[in-house]
Amino acid sequence: MAAKNIIEKIWDAHVISQAEGHPAIFAIDLMLIHEVTSAQAFQTLADKGLEVFDKTRLIATPDHIIPTRKNRLEIYDEAAKFQVKTLRDNCERHGIAICDVDSGRQGIVHVIGPELGLTQPGMTIVCGDSHTSTHGAFGALAFGIGTSEVGHVLATGCLLQQAPKTMRVEFKGSFAKGVFAKDAILKLIADIGVGGANGHVIEYCGEVVRNMSMEERMTVCNMSIECGARGGLMAADEVTFEYIKGKHAAPKGKEWDKALEHWKQFRTAEGASYDQEFVIDISELRPMVTWGTNPGHACNITESIPTLAEVPDHEKKTTKRALDYINLQEGAPIGGTPVDWAFIGSCTNGRIEDLRIAAKVLKGNKIAAGITFYVVPGSEQVLEQAKSEGLVEIFEEAGADFRMPGCSMCLAMNDDKVPRGERCISSTNRNFMGRQGPGSRTHLASPATVAASAIAGKISSAEDYF
Amino acid sequence: MDKFTKFTSRAVSLPLNDVDTDMILPAEYLKNVSRTGFGENLFQALRTDDPDFPLNLEKYKGAEVLVAGNNFGCGSSREHAVWAVVQAGFRVIIAKSFADIFYNNGAKNGLMLVTLSAPIVDKMLLDAESGDYEVSVDLESQTVTLPSGEKESFDFDPFRRHCMLGGLDDIDYINSHKAEIDAFRQTTNPTRFSSTEGL
Repeated sequence: MAAKNIIEKIWDAHVISQAEGHPAIFAIDLMLIHEVTSAQAFQTLADKGLEVFDKTRLIATPDHIIPTRKNRLEIYDEAAKFQVKTLRDNCERHGIAICDVDSGRQGIVHVIGPELGLTQPGMTIVCGDSHTSTHGAFGALAFGIGTSEVGHVLATGCLLQQAPKTMRVEFKGSFAKGVFAKDAILKLIADIGVGGANGHVIEYCGEVVRNMSMEERMTVCNMSIECGARGGLMAADEVTFEYIKGKHAAPKGKEWDKALEHWKQFRTAEGASYDQEFVIDISELRPMVTWGTNPGHACNITESIPTLAEVPDHEKKTTKRALDYINLQEGAPIGGTPVDWAFIGSCTNGRIEDLRIAAKVLKGNKIAAGITFYVVPGSEQVLEQAKSEGLVEIFEEAGADFRMPGCSMCLAMNDDKVPRGERCISSTNRNFMGRQGPGSRTHLASPATVAASAIAGKISSAEDYF
Repeated sequence: MDKFTKFTSRAVSLPLNDVDTDMILPAEYLKNVSRTGFGENLFQALRTDDPDFPLNLEKYKGAEVLVAGNNFGCGSSREHAVWAVVQAGFRVIIAKSFADIFYNNGAKNGLMLVTLSAPIVDKMLLDAESGDYEVSVDLESQTVTLPSGEKESFDFDPFRRHCMLGGLDDIDYINSHKAEIDAFRQTTNPTRFSSTEGL
């Protein structure tokens, strides 16, 4: 039998049955639920007279639309208010655990799963959210699904799935000062393109990955979808186990030992193969920043925006539209571009380590005049930790607005929006047209780059701060 | 789910790559808790900001096939994007490639997503700019017939084809395997260490 990679091992362990010419009936271990992509799925259950298959595999939290104001209990937008109420009602009706506002556990779905110890190696994890791949950082096969599929998992604990193709991405070398996991994943996306990994699940490996903290690993896995991958994961190791240990839902006592033994089997076997392989040397990598309207439109902060002559013919129309929208000239340097807004938060870079790094840059500095800077912690736990470490004061003294947890300005579903025509440097995952509000212009970067740019008032590297 | 067998209509040319789900349906229109009411906001920002955006052009009025470049539907998992396309009257999208989640979501809503080779799609994108470019998509024979009468065949997953032709839901198929699912859950439960119980 051929040696198997970690993706194939997790896949095999979850195929319940597969008839010839049919997709597999694939077992899902955990589904995370939020207010925006679940209501219609619960409605399907009601319409078909079905009950929830196993509520102990489900966890819900309001994150996408929840206000980040201090008085966030009151939602002024009636449609948003009803959406949150619908989530609460559905959870109550089906007995599903909900980490609600002020429970001490509310936050972005992909931040709270790991924090609560629910995300564990070898699991299959889904959510009606494309950044579910974040959980892959723990050696889990995690991917985003549509609302119809949310309904399938609610009702059956299963999905119909075809085996993914597999891709190996090795990061080698070591990070220069001021360069982070976010820069590495932006580099991969820029290299292979936003559709470069369509149909694949990526295994990230190499010395660089092994030396990453869990927060950094989550940042990398989180953005797998931005190169089209169904998921991205990294084999678990001592760093993973140390993170999980002691978390609320983590196994305890003898169960911990059994769990460790179980988790350790999910590693790529010697000699296993993949459908595609890439090696990226990060030693020469400088901070990355996007110049266009998708995450593949990224370059090193010292480089210039490509000229239309440089891009392939079939990309010219898309690139022209991107440059018109972002209102920058082809061939212009990206560094030094004036910004109006800065944002740190999201399931990509809204964890405690991200806030620590940004605070390190901001400490003793003031943000430039005219800049609005939102810092939104990924969860209530991150918020409490930031308070206890004195980070909140650092942000506030620098002139940033430290807010309550949620998805916030990553997708601008609540009131947090970059105004039309204004430019934001952002630690989030998508710079699509209008992503941060109608007419908003987004430049993706690491939290360090965001903080340095907020101080300078223009897109700037944080390399000198480290 | 609506069945899909064969469909003929004029096509809209949308010569863009990487059309993302935020373009198709911006997040501010995801607040509805029902499956309806999304069609009017399809490509809302692009239609508002760009008078020349294809969906604003009179010549394409009534066209129910969309032709686009690479990686259509990338980005978010929002099925609302597919609902918007369908509710705005489109039955078919022909592209060089589709993003995975969008592709899956399409199949679950009777939206026919056809992948053709880049040279053929490039030609279609050019020719469809006439506004009078009628194509016919036949799922049974897995062919697209161009106005010239030329036929282009396309690949389609046999199970998806069966579901689209019959208007069948995945959930019924999964539930028809209940005994196997129950048996599997009983054997794997001992190696389960994550539970939301007590949260």
